Amino acid sequence: MDSDAVLQKPSVDEITQALKEKFPCVEIKGTAVRRVFAKVPREHIFKICKYIHDNLTFEHCSIVMGIDYVDHMYTVYILTNYYTGTAIELTADIPADDLHIDSVTPIWQGANWHERETWELFGIVFDNHPKLERLLTPKTYEFFPFRKSYKLRGWE
Amino acid sequence: MMADSIVPVKEIEEKAEKMDTDKMWVIMGPQHPFSHGLWTLKVKLDGEIVTDAEPIVGYLHRGWEKETENRTYPKIIPMADRLCYAASMTYTHLYCMTVEKALGIDIPEKAKYIRIVADEVCRINSHLMWLAAVGTDLGNLTVFLWCMREREYFLDLNVKLCGARMTTNFPRIGGVRNDTTELFDRDILRTVQHFEKALWDIIYLIDDSSIFVSRMKGISYITREQAANVGLTGPAMRGCGVDFDLRRDDPYDNYDKIDFEVPVLQEGDSYARYMIRVEEMFQSCEIIKQAVGKIKALGKNAPYRIKTPSRVPAGTAFAKLEDPRGESMMYLVSDGTDKPYRLKVRSPIFVNVSSARLQSVGVRIADVPAVLAQIDMCLGETDR
Repeated sequence: MDSDAVLQKPSVDEITQALKEKFPCVEIKGTAVRRVFAKVPREHIFKICKYIHDNLTFEHCSIVMGIDYVDHMYTVYILTNYYTGTAIELTADIPADDLHIDSVTPIWQGANWHERETWELFGIVFDNHPKLERLLTPKTYEFFPFRKSYKLRGWE
Repeated sequence: MMADSIVPVKEIEEKAEKMDTDKMWVIMGPQHPFSHGLWTLKVKLDGEIVTDAEPIVGYLHRGWEKETENRTYPKIIPMADRLCYAASMTYTHLYCMTVEKALGIDIPEKAKYIRIVADEVCRINSHLMWLAAVGTDLGNLTVFLWCMREREYFLDLNVKLCGARMTTNFPRIGGVRNDTTELFDRDILRTVQHFEKALWDIIYLIDDSSIFVSRMKGISYITREQAANVGLTGPAMRGCGVDFDLRRDDPYDNYDKIDFEVPVLQEGDSYARYMIRVEEMFQSCEIIKQAVGKIKALGKNAPYRIKTPSRVPAGTAFAKLEDPRGESMMYLVSDGTDKPYRLKVRSPIFVNVSSARLQSVGVRIADVPAVLAQIDMCLGETDR
């Protein structure tokens, strides 16, 4: 299969095959009906997302979110193809001592506020983001409230 | 002669080019009649044309996602209601669906159809509330009153189904709380039949009024590519030519067994986004009629709820749902206990409002409320 071909309506098999061929570093964790789950190294996230957007026609970025596992963090991307309804879930592992990952806002403008939110709540820095400022929380906050290290009063 | 006294348009334009106008930032909100909640839109004006805009949200941020990490799974159901008071049923439904996915269970057929009926009633409620808001934004109070009157009939259906008008607390993990009550199918069919006629009255009121049409038609064009790229979803996106609806293209529950159409318009202006929502209300009526028939065919004693374990196995799961306002999604991370490790909510308006700049640049300041009414603002889910 030509890995540079532009597919408008790729099937789940075609997506997994194309990702495996083009990026050997991508680890396909599983598939389901209209779903692909993959784990990607964080250094290549921009390249992979660009390929998924341009060649596999995933026009919509549904979500960018962070998960705090205390010793490391995850960012999760869910991308949608508007012709087939297929969704790809990409997971990128980030070590706790270097919370940096490339921003995908240059590819999907819709990821802009998701990334800002993830930054202000988890402290994950999205490099090359056009405006990484606090969005939901007050600008005076100097902590990241959704981290597991931040305890809520009255609960724990 | 009248025509002689009017200065030719070309002359005015030439003068305007030479005129040196100051650019000015106008801050609309957080308390503003157009905002329908607490948020701010900063618009940069050149004369009366908007040249830049920046939405500011976050006044209602209460850490919903963090709060859920300290609650057991059933306790989050009433909290999900409070995400959006107009679309409470869909958010509770979405939450239950996400947990069911993580548990890997399938719910009874009857529960699926009851959820569909409840969702579509909720969609009509939400759209009527939006239409009422559009009426007041564009200066016609009759539209507001008529929409609110029709909406009451659908809120009565909610009362008939589960006892509450707005924050319904109805779906459960593994089904729904109770079966349809006695004569519910008769009442809902009557209401829908009445509504299909009453909606035409409201449409005539709007479409025959040049005030409405001239403030929506041809204003705020968005192309298909732009709409997809900025993440517009729901009716706003379908008005821009993106042919996608989760109910049809990524079906959940039993939507794939129901025959309905997805309205899509290629125009991409404010009026098209309005037309989509109106058309969707007719389609919801169609879905309700079919789903009620299927509930009846299943019989009175069919199960509507199954027992579920209180602990969710470790792993991740996500579910998507076509909310009245767009694509809503929840992502659940479980660590094997009875409380979620992390629960993320994707709110459609959170993303739709981030494209306020794209929508409002180039329109006149007086039309900004008319344009931004089309995203159907709800702050509870935006700020979470």
